[in-house]
Amino acid sequence: MTPDPLLTIERFSVVYDVEPPVEAVRDVSLELARGEILGLAGESGCGKTTLAYGVQRLLKPPAVITSGSVVFHDADGDDVEVNALDEDQMRAFRWDKVSMVFQGAMNALNPVLAIGRQLDDVFTTHRPGMSKAERRDECGRLLDVVGVGRDRLRSYPHELSGGMRQRVMIAMAMALRPQLMIMDEPTTALDVLVQREILQQISALRHELGFSVIFITHDLPLLLEISDRIAVMKDGQIVEIGAAESLYRDPQHAYTKRLLGSFPSLTGERGDFVRGAEAPASATPEEDAS
Amino acid sequence: MTTLEFKGVTKRYHVRGSGDMLALDDVSFTLTSGQTIALVGQSGSGKSTIAKILTQLERATSGEVLLDGQPIPHRGPGLRRYRQRVRMVFQDPFASLNPYHTIRHHLARPLALDKVVPKDKIEDEVRSLLTRVRLDADATIDRRPHELSGGQRQRVAIARALASRPELLIADEPVSMLDVSIRLGVLNLLADLQRESNLGVLYITHDLATARHFSDEIMVLHHGVVVERGPADDVILNPQHEYTRALRDASPDPDKHFAGPAGEATTRSDAS
Repeated sequence: MTPDPLLTIERFSVVYDVEPPVEAVRDVSLELARGEILGLAGESGCGKTTLAYGVQRLLKPPAVITSGSVVFHDADGDDVEVNALDEDQMRAFRWDKVSMVFQGAMNALNPVLAIGRQLDDVFTTHRPGMSKAERRDECGRLLDVVGVGRDRLRSYPHELSGGMRQRVMIAMAMALRPQLMIMDEPTTALDVLVQREILQQISALRHELGFSVIFITHDLPLLLEISDRIAVMKDGQIVEIGAAESLYRDPQHAYTKRLLGSFPSLTGERGDFVRGAEAPASATPEEDAS
Repeated sequence: MTTLEFKGVTKRYHVRGSGDMLALDDVSFTLTSGQTIALVGQSGSGKSTIAKILTQLERATSGEVLLDGQPIPHRGPGLRRYRQRVRMVFQDPFASLNPYHTIRHHLARPLALDKVVPKDKIEDEVRSLLTRVRLDADATIDRRPHELSGGQRQRVAIARALASRPELLIADEPVSMLDVSIRLGVLNLLADLQRESNLGVLYITHDLATARHFSDEIMVLHHGVVVERGPADDVILNPQHEYTRALRDASPDPDKHFAGPAGEATTRSDAS
């Protein structure tokens, strides 16, 4: 039991109801603490995105949540059972309590609207009481916070670099001061220098505003650096979860070890990666995977 | 011994409305058979422009590209001959294979076009190519690309590049589209093939860690200029140029991150 839990996922399962059915998420239980950065690692097809979508009920048929519960422990004391919310409650819940930065988010902006307009939409929808001036002010503030700057409010997406667009998406996800932000590969398409800046910013903002983050990526070295805890997923199940450092130093599950071994160390020893390995000249361990 | 020489190559792209964009500024290097050079840099640094000029998909604005001292022919049989000797492996194995054709067709076609082996030997050669990239020839030869995994597809793409028995291979981000746990397998395969056939390999990547382990030398490209070049370990462990240092420091490195008492723990320094 985490001291101050924000999200409790219990025995959560999702099946893609196709022929034959695919069990994308199997019996996943997870507790996320308030203010925690949880890394969710795994390769394509392991179910990490399905889990993240499922938590917010963003899945569409043929995906079916077959079992489990997701309880959100709101800061004002209420426990919200996400699966029990009706359509309107769900709409209010999303983005307000839990927001998401989608995979390839930098291409998710509307190309024909200035980014200020798009940020403004968040407030018109969720905070109908705000005046126009308040909204404009808040949008500007958000762009300042993520380092894009309020003078870009009138810019169109194509006038911004990929890194800046990604920051705009993060600003949008932060707009309503959610308690949880789910980020699905938020920096995968970016250069390392930009990636580093954005990660530092997320880290600093999390410290300042106290939100939790579920950070999804296949890039384990990156997760190790930014996460408090890491969950490793394979075939729809969490095979290992633990503090970043202990997972790195003392991985328990064979798959975690294999995943760690897939990343040659930048400055350390060669490790598993022997150049031109005379040894098992790649007896293609991937043949079964796909 | 094959030598490919890039000599003072400059490439400008004309950008409408804002004059010329200098993609490569006086770049020189040599790639010889048996050698692996990694070319690293951020997007927009000019990495792919170099690959395009090497394969003559683009022409240099000024400067020369020489193969064994001879300028690359711009067209005709000469260019064709050049492209047999210098082959390219692309980033995306999902896009670089034709979904309509079987794996056999993908490999038989270059063999027939380039007349690498006599007609009646093509089937044998296709099978031997598949075996060289550690694929089960019987299980793959009649398949179509969508029936294979990403790693298998990239192996087919590598086999296709090897079909014309090239001396040099240009690999443009050959593993970045693949799942992480199979990347090293494909890189190790490239390394094995490189030694077996004494290939020269230009490994284009943005990943410093694999660049370090996979190549003899690293070249760092920044805004179209080679800012640093040297033996792989030196460039990463002891970078001379500030840009190389910045790149290195921005790359995730758990070893360093967890070393010492939270010392350099930059992004997690706020972990309470």
